[in-house]
Amino acid sequence: MSYIELSGTDLALAALLLIVNGAISIAFRLGLAISFGIAAVRMGVQLAAVGFVLNFIFAQTSPLWTLLIVFVMVLVAGYELVQRQERRFRSWFAYGLGNATLLLVGGLATVYAIVVVVHPSPWYAPRYIVPILGMVLGNTLTSCSLALQTLTEGAVRERAAIEARIALGATRTEAFATVLRRALNTAITPLLNVMSVAGIVSLPGMMTGQILAGANPAEAAKYQIMIMFVLTGASGLGAFAAAFGGVLLLTDARHRLRLDRLAPSPA
Amino acid sequence: MLRVDYLAVSGLPPVSFEVAPHECLAVEGPSGAGKTRLLRAIADLDAADGFVYLEGAERREVPAPEWRRRVRYASAEPAWWDARAREHFLAGAKLDRLILAVGLEPSLLDRPISELSTGERQRLGLVRALADEPRVLLLDEPTSALDAQATALAEELIRFQILAGRIVLLVSHNPAQIVRLASTRLVLPGDGRTAVVKSVAA
Repeated sequence: MSYIELSGTDLALAALLLIVNGAISIAFRLGLAISFGIAAVRMGVQLAAVGFVLNFIFAQTSPLWTLLIVFVMVLVAGYELVQRQERRFRSWFAYGLGNATLLLVGGLATVYAIVVVVHPSPWYAPRYIVPILGMVLGNTLTSCSLALQTLTEGAVRERAAIEARIALGATRTEAFATVLRRALNTAITPLLNVMSVAGIVSLPGMMTGQILAGANPAEAAKYQIMIMFVLTGASGLGAFAAAFGGVLLLTDARHRLRLDRLAPSPA
Repeated sequence: MLRVDYLAVSGLPPVSFEVAPHECLAVEGPSGAGKTRLLRAIADLDAADGFVYLEGAERREVPAPEWRRRVRYASAEPAWWDARAREHFLAGAKLDRLILAVGLEPSLLDRPISELSTGERQRLGLVRALADEPRVLLLDEPTSALDAQATALAEELIRFQILAGRIVLLVSHNPAQIVRLASTRLVLPGDGRTAVVKSVAA
């Protein structure tokens, strides 16, 4: 297990590729050079900062530090989930649903993966929790976001059909059956695609990282398979939870459609 | 007996009235007076303060889906969620008689909804609303897209529902239709004044 440490010069050489891109943008007046520069600097600063923060947190022995970073990660992911929605729920409903789903599913999947599958010692070792939770949240965020987006769009567009079913005596979940099925399909199809092509089109990022860090590729594959199961499972559960939670928020206890709980369309 | 007691539909003064079985109450008023809102509130599709009793049971005492199986709101433009009309009815429902009664062919049930005309869809919507025999029919302009002949057939079907003991509330812009079907009228003035019940003759 050995890996080649990167020096500042190595990073500068890699950045050269971006500088070539910038030069092309300037030569052809694409107007992208400044955006490129800002995005590249942002990426560098963010990742470097995360590296330092993780260094600090990995050095701590108290589970409280792990808990703190878990909460920060969930809050940031919940915020991002809401930002991605075109039709958002009003006020605290939006953040409530996003954060509750991510905390529940992300937390459960991560704890499950760590305690049952990886079982490091101590179990709260941030070296395992933080990267696994990060991957789980990133993937769950995408599937939740797709599910909610499709659900709210469908509810607005098919308002008349949903209300017709309600008027005929359907419960709220029956009335939403078509829209709900479409939302879950939209959220879960990309997960199936990712699993189907894993390792064929490209090596998954984590496996690549482990191989570059000197791990045995067969061992790296085992880790990647475990992570794929956890990520896909968590994303699927997250899509279910977000979509059903969304139906509950879009309706009330008397099974009425409550589109008034969506914020007005920004457009 | 359907009893509406101080039902406060959003933006309207509270209304109270009663409709007995075998009776049709016409709901009248200018556009925006709240006719549709009133029917929707009675079916508990929109929240409203006040009380609606059907045979002594207030709507809040009955699970909402069950209430709407008894108190059926039928929109002027029925909406469809599946490709064919048949999928919108309970499996095995005996529909042919009802479909023929409104002047349509039963084979229409298996044609794509998108190929049907507005009038055909409106008649299928009427059949869908009464096929499972709800106690109360809240009909929102049930013949607005129909020609004279189809209107007559639809009215005949509605009259049959009244004769069979159902309670019917009818929103219609056709005074002659109101005279033909309704025994009393509820007039929503639409200017903030309270609604009044009148006889159809007045």
